[in-house]
Amino acid sequence: MNEKHIVSSFDRDLESIQATVMKMGGLVEKALMDAVRALKTHDVELAEAVRKGDKVVDELDLTVKTDTAQLLALRSPTASDLRTVLSVMEIASHLERCGDYAKNMAKRTIAMAESGEINGSLAALGRMSTFVEAMVKDALDAYIQRDTEKAAEIIERDLEADQIYNTLFRSLLTHMMEDHRNITVGMHLHFIAKNIERVGDHATGIAEQTIYLATGEFPEDDRPKLDRTALEYQKSEE
Amino acid sequence: MNNMRKIERDVKMTDTKITARSVNVHYGDTHAIKDVDVNIADKTVTAFIGPSGCGKSTFLRCLNRMNDTIDICRVTGEIKIDDKDINHKSVDPVQLRAQVGMVFQKPNPFPKSIYDNIAYGPRIHGLSKSKSELDEIVERALRRGAIWDEVKDRLDQPGTGLSGGQQQRLCIARAVATEPEVLLMDEPCSALDPIATAQVEELIDELRQDYSVVIVTHSMQQAARVSQKTAFFHLGNLVEFNDTGEIFTNPSDPRTESYITGRIG
Repeated sequence: MNEKHIVSSFDRDLESIQATVMKMGGLVEKALMDAVRALKTHDVELAEAVRKGDKVVDELDLTVKTDTAQLLALRSPTASDLRTVLSVMEIASHLERCGDYAKNMAKRTIAMAESGEINGSLAALGRMSTFVEAMVKDALDAYIQRDTEKAAEIIERDLEADQIYNTLFRSLLTHMMEDHRNITVGMHLHFIAKNIERVGDHATGIAEQTIYLATGEFPEDDRPKLDRTALEYQKSEE
Repeated sequence: MNNMRKIERDVKMTDTKITARSVNVHYGDTHAIKDVDVNIADKTVTAFIGPSGCGKSTFLRCLNRMNDTIDICRVTGEIKIDDKDINHKSVDPVQLRAQVGMVFQKPNPFPKSIYDNIAYGPRIHGLSKSKSELDEIVERALRRGAIWDEVKDRLDQPGTGLSGGQQQRLCIARAVATEPEVLLMDEPCSALDPIATAQVEELIDELRQDYSVVIVTHSMQQAARVSQKTAFFHLGNLVEFNDTGEIFTNPSDPRTESYITGRIG
């Protein structure tokens, strides 16, 4: 729907909220990138900056929530306008969570600053985060372009992100079982891996909102729900 | 709780009250309604929306042959209420209008007492045999119109002395006094303040238990609030007819979308 509203201030309200969300998106993408870079380079200063930077994302999220509440009350949006407002609210929540994960990774990086790493795990985490960051970026691009094909493709990609996470989980677990001195770092790294995996889920959530916005319907979720990695692993050990 | 609301909103389209097929209306050379087909359900509020001059009121007026009163107006096609063709020569338009009541934009009580405003229809249609029976009809109609408590002590006073909102509810009570099966409302709230509007909307929701209500409204929010089915008219065409919830969240025609979101269409 590219036509303009007869009441042009309605367009400006909608545009302003969407601009705020896009600003959030930019900040979150950068925070994720910086958090992983800080982790890989043991850069405590950069990690501290990421930790502090999350406040801005939270504030923007609040702005989106109050602005959408006002728009709903004052303009009673319908049809694609309504779906825009609803999806923007959801996307802001997804981004806010991603911001929290970046912050958590930064905190763990600071906590782990003195300890060493587990063989190759940082490189693996780096690859995984590059993969997931691209999902977030593409999800936001798909949203701006209302591109449902691209959005559907991101939902597919999340399967791969989950597989990368499962592989990492196995490898970290192996290292921790082999040498219990690895447990502290291993746990931190595992939580970081889990954080990155969750970011992928939120990118998927953003993609689903894009499909809802464009079509009025939510995509069917036919992906396998149950992750048995941990259980299978335990069994094979017994 | 949510399921209850869903059941409440659900409409059984099998209980069709009004069927319109290939309805065309001409005012002289102007083609006002173009080939409209629609099924209107019983015990349901159906809203007609669309920009000024789109034909929604004209179509509404076809349903009780109010267009017969306009010389240059020509209606073709078939309109059936309960499988009975209302344009058949055996149908008396006066009787039809008792069966299909109508409420207009501006409250138009007769310059008579509140009692006589209601009693007028039942009297001319011979619906009561005695004064006490007529009293009962008047009370029932005023209760249905949700105005009984406000006027029961002054039934002999003129209807024109009531407030705008009360006058409109009096007119609704007058329309239901002849026990109609269908109630047509042509912008019944556009002359009312928000409180009176809310009272009339609540009344419409109650009337739905017994009648098929068709309402023409310029307020899309009103259509969204009171109706279960919405029809969007544009340039004499019935563009889209669907569940109200669907029309307002995910309309299928771009013209509907443009209109309800307030864009130039």
